[in-house]
Amino acid sequence: MQNNTQTQLEFPTVMGQPYETIPDDLFIPPNALELCLETFSGPMDLLLYLIKKENINILDLDVSKITDQYIEYIDLMDALQFELAAEYLVMAATLAEIKSRMMLPQDVHEEEEDDPKSALIKRLQEYQRYKTVSEKIAILPRVDRDFFLASASLPKIEVEKKDIQITKDELVAIFHEVKNRPDLKSNHQIDFEELSTQERIQIILEILSKRNVISFSKTLRKTEGRQGVVVTFLASLELAKDGHLELIQNETEEIFLKSKGAIS
Amino acid sequence: MINTVEALLFGSGRPLRISEIRSLLEFDGVTAELSEIKQCLNELETRYIDSSLEVVEIASGYRLQIRQEFSPALSHLWNERAPRISKALMETISIIAYKQPVTRGDIEDIRGVSVSTQSIRSLLERNWIKVSGFKDAPGRPALYSTTKEFLDDLNLKRLSDLPELPDPADNIVQDDDHQTIPQAV
Repeated sequence: MQNNTQTQLEFPTVMGQPYETIPDDLFIPPNALELCLETFSGPMDLLLYLIKKENINILDLDVSKITDQYIEYIDLMDALQFELAAEYLVMAATLAEIKSRMMLPQDVHEEEEDDPKSALIKRLQEYQRYKTVSEKIAILPRVDRDFFLASASLPKIEVEKKDIQITKDELVAIFHEVKNRPDLKSNHQIDFEELSTQERIQIILEILSKRNVISFSKTLRKTEGRQGVVVTFLASLELAKDGHLELIQNETEEIFLKSKGAIS
Repeated sequence: MINTVEALLFGSGRPLRISEIRSLLEFDGVTAELSEIKQCLNELETRYIDSSLEVVEIASGYRLQIRQEFSPALSHLWNERAPRISKALMETISIIAYKQPVTRGDIEDIRGVSVSTQSIRSLLERNWIKVSGFKDAPGRPALYSTTKEFLDDLNLKRLSDLPELPDPADNIVQDDDHQTIPQAV
């Protein structure tokens, strides 16, 4: 994962002489460092880079040294007004915490699991696994980058096309038909129910208080139509549910409402 | 029949499974055993030995590819190169591939940075990942898994063909890939 935008650390030599100071006329693009910092995919990546540069095992992590280096980078990024992701600061805080803990006398009884250093090492190791494998996946042959698919254009498939034959009159007729078609998808407003089930319950109770049995059809008012039937039926079901009346259906289709008495 | 199979592979514009080839042949009035179709594919392979083509089996079936050795020649056909995939995005897709199904939070835990909606979207748009469910946790976060297309695009048949995930204890210094970067001063 060599990065071309990054320059070598060693002093360059010119005709055998080390060149220790940057020539005044050397042009350094102002965004050079910003660019290189963008190559880190996050604070873990930066931290791993610093560890790798030290050539040490993650397990032998010298937090104190790494923290200093890490914070130097953060300062530099800050000085360059590089928009820092908050996660970089979180990591800096974590490192500072570990460093400060190390300065305090060791508590022998301190539990391993609470140790932020070993927690950080575990996270770094876990991250390292995926970072490594992602680099391997990145160089796997990829379609349209490393290899290409073979295809052939399809032969002309003949589809029989018939011209539409239509007269002007037919077109007018169709237009009228479409225009007059009932609009099945239009919205409609739902009005308050004109017939209230509650009201109908009262009416049925009143009827039943006068006579014991009444046929369902006699409770209907013709003018109310289908809606009336539904409301009356709902009302009688409601009453039957509450035990005020009994619904009886004999062999005929007619339903009878029979009072169960004891209606106050 | 072998030529019909070849024609189907050339014309389909997508990988074909042997069973798909069989039903396509059936529409054409040819009944063939799966083994016979496999035989055809093998014969095509032999036929192409001396050509720029190859029959390749990937996760979604079989397809015809141009041998990789011709890629440099082909690359001049287009002005634009295939878009680069950032390091961060490769890390994200790798975590999804090895730990699937995962939530965005799971990825963030490992990477130590927030994973942008944009990067998840770009993987979804590429058809490399899909939402495979929702985790039974507060907020019901989406669970992501890789798709067959992801394997197809990397010329792989199955997930186990991906490089092996290194052991967590693997020594970091082992890889001698040294980045160089201007030192903080």
